Amino acid sequence: MTILNDPVSAKLGDRAQLSYIASQAADARLNVELETEGMTLNIGPQHPATHGTLRIIARLDGEQVLWAEPSCGYMHRGYEKLTEVRSFPQVTSLINRIDWLGSFANEVPFILAAEKLMGVEAPPRAQWIRTILFELSRIANVSLFLGDLGVQLGAITPVFMAFRDREYVLNLIESATGGRFHPNFDRIGGLKDDLPAGWIDETKVVMKKLRNFCDEIESLLFGNEIFQSRTRGIGVIPRDVAMQYGLSGANLRASGVDWDLRRDQDSSMAWNKVDFKVWTHPDGDSFARCWVRLQETREATKIVDQLLDGIPAGPVMAKVPKIIKVPEGEAWVSTENPLGEMGYYVVSRGDSGPFRVKIRSASFNNISITPWLLRGVYVPDIITILASLYFILGDIDR
Amino acid sequence: MLSLLAVEIPYWGQSLLRVLGGLVAVLLPAGTIVYVFLFKMMSFMQSRLGPMEAGPYGSMQLFAEVGKWLQKEDIQPDNADKRIFRMAPIVVLMSTFLLVAVVPFGPDAWFTDFETGVFYALAVSSISVLGILMAGWSSANKYSLLGGLRAAGQLIAYELPMVLAVIGVVIQAETMNLQQIVVAQNAGSIFGSDIVGNPYVLTQFVGFVVFMIAVQAELTQAPFDMPIAESELVSGYMTEYSGFRFLIFFIGEFATAGVFAMIASTLFLGGWGVPFSWFGWTTMDSVDNWMNVAGPLIVFTKMMVLVFLIMWIRFSYPRFREDQLQRFAWKVLIPISLANIMVTAVLKVAF
Repeated sequence: MTILNDPVSAKLGDRAQLSYIASQAADARLNVELETEGMTLNIGPQHPATHGTLRIIARLDGEQVLWAEPSCGYMHRGYEKLTEVRSFPQVTSLINRIDWLGSFANEVPFILAAEKLMGVEAPPRAQWIRTILFELSRIANVSLFLGDLGVQLGAITPVFMAFRDREYVLNLIESATGGRFHPNFDRIGGLKDDLPAGWIDETKVVMKKLRNFCDEIESLLFGNEIFQSRTRGIGVIPRDVAMQYGLSGANLRASGVDWDLRRDQDSSMAWNKVDFKVWTHPDGDSFARCWVRLQETREATKIVDQLLDGIPAGPVMAKVPKIIKVPEGEAWVSTENPLGEMGYYVVSRGDSGPFRVKIRSASFNNISITPWLLRGVYVPDIITILASLYFILGDIDR
Repeated sequence: MLSLLAVEIPYWGQSLLRVLGGLVAVLLPAGTIVYVFLFKMMSFMQSRLGPMEAGPYGSMQLFAEVGKWLQKEDIQPDNADKRIFRMAPIVVLMSTFLLVAVVPFGPDAWFTDFETGVFYALAVSSISVLGILMAGWSSANKYSLLGGLRAAGQLIAYELPMVLAVIGVVIQAETMNLQQIVVAQNAGSIFGSDIVGNPYVLTQFVGFVVFMIAVQAELTQAPFDMPIAESELVSGYMTEYSGFRFLIFFIGEFATAGVFAMIASTLFLGGWGVPFSWFGWTTMDSVDNWMNVAGPLIVFTKMMVLVFLIMWIRFSYPRFREDQLQRFAWKVLIPISLANIMVTAVLKVAF
């Protein structure tokens, strides 16, 4: 069945086309002169569904959204500016707090950028442990998403399962780094410490638990008909629109774009040493985004397992001077963080601290599509779409 | 009910006893449901322990909560329609008390013996819609308004399958009196076998399923909880309520769950009775007197089983969207229950 013949919707499925028509109709109704009075609903800044303080200004007609716009900045903490008055080793404790659910992953690109400027490279063991911790923070981050997804859609049980099993991952991160949420473990030239004894076996057990958790969530949520009817065909992002808005991470891959920096970019991390699949989904709807994240969590546990098997021996710290001065220059490094592409553009003037840091965080770009996406949907779908786009407020406002 | 006591009680005394009995019949199940299901069963489903500190095994938790709510400041929004705002929770709770009035608890243990008990129960159950609409409108809050309107749409849509599901029972029992329906089930027989009587959950299974789904929606429990929808509408029509008034809504929610389950157990599970063939009873008059004591306990047990079903679904399912819910009511439940009525009527004449 083809409902529309225009180029954007030609590639979409039936249900996706219907939601596309609804959004077009919403556009049309905005310009009608005589209309019943709508209602402007402020969702947020204080609202249970916004993971913090995102504000969505939505113009409603009944329960249908005519126009919506995100208004961010309620949690701006000025990290880009603050880094200018810190030395390079101090910066990691700040940028930990950008995406607070996957903290370790925030440190890595910055450290890589600094290493690139200094011309040092971490020893292989450090690179492997970095990658393991990176993937663990991805699991800690996305497993919470999988549970929280249930809460956003009204199922209260999955979130407790998520918190239960995420706890194991956090315990691992804590025993390796000393920090539960904010490890601050990455150093220029390597890591602060080696892994504690017994950590590898423990991690393997936990990875098995996490795979069980994924199965549990898959049968409890993803197989549920109500869940499917709430997410399938809702918030469809076609492939080219996703690329135009600069989406990244699972949001982009759910629109059928096979793009993952872990595989496609040559970095000094250990991802190219292991074998993993980059999951994509052709639909681009909310279900696809959630499904891709579920598969990625599974894939991350497998990556960790493989890395644990092949972890090389040796030091975890390269030879770097006691007082770190980064030579003059500019470097851009980005990695595939739990939320999408995260990158740091570091400008150094040869001091002990950076002269300017530009942070490209994934969520900021990912929510930029919401005005386009929210036209014509119903109020409950706003929540579905926001939940499936998965942003962390710290990652938006920095 | 009062003929049990061999003394003459004046009319005001009878009324007082009825009111006290009603309070017990509503609040006792509500408290039990909150503790057993909301506090404990939900916790066990979510791999946690739930309240453990207040009283043995946390059993006094509800009293602690009530104490907390009573201490809270009574906040009313500036722009609220104050009088309506204050009345709304009472109206919601009132429908629960009116409902329990027709539930029979034993051969002589009843509050009122209506000839049209089913009709009355279904009628008063919709009074709570008024209260919810009042709460949603008077709160002067956009979320409340959306919640109230959703609730009104939902409760009206699900009233219909509920009524239609009950008609099957009424056709089979040939009466609208709840007491007579209980007797008809326990004294009845399925294909000549009276070993379990004729509980309509067996012969009216479709009606039972439709009724329970409609009850779930009437109670605004997940997957039909979009009037409250804490992730979308903050708390729907209850958003602006705090302290004592919120407590009334809260108790009302679970009390209504209990009372609806009592009505469902009366209609489909044989109510206060046990199959009469077990004790050689044949009619209402031959039922032994001890059933007046055992009856309430039996109703309570059956109620807990049904509330368990309701809560089980509530704790495991995500919620529908408003339009999906309406579609489900009008396109699925109502045709099914109409077909059920037709089949029941044909079979009633045939057998």
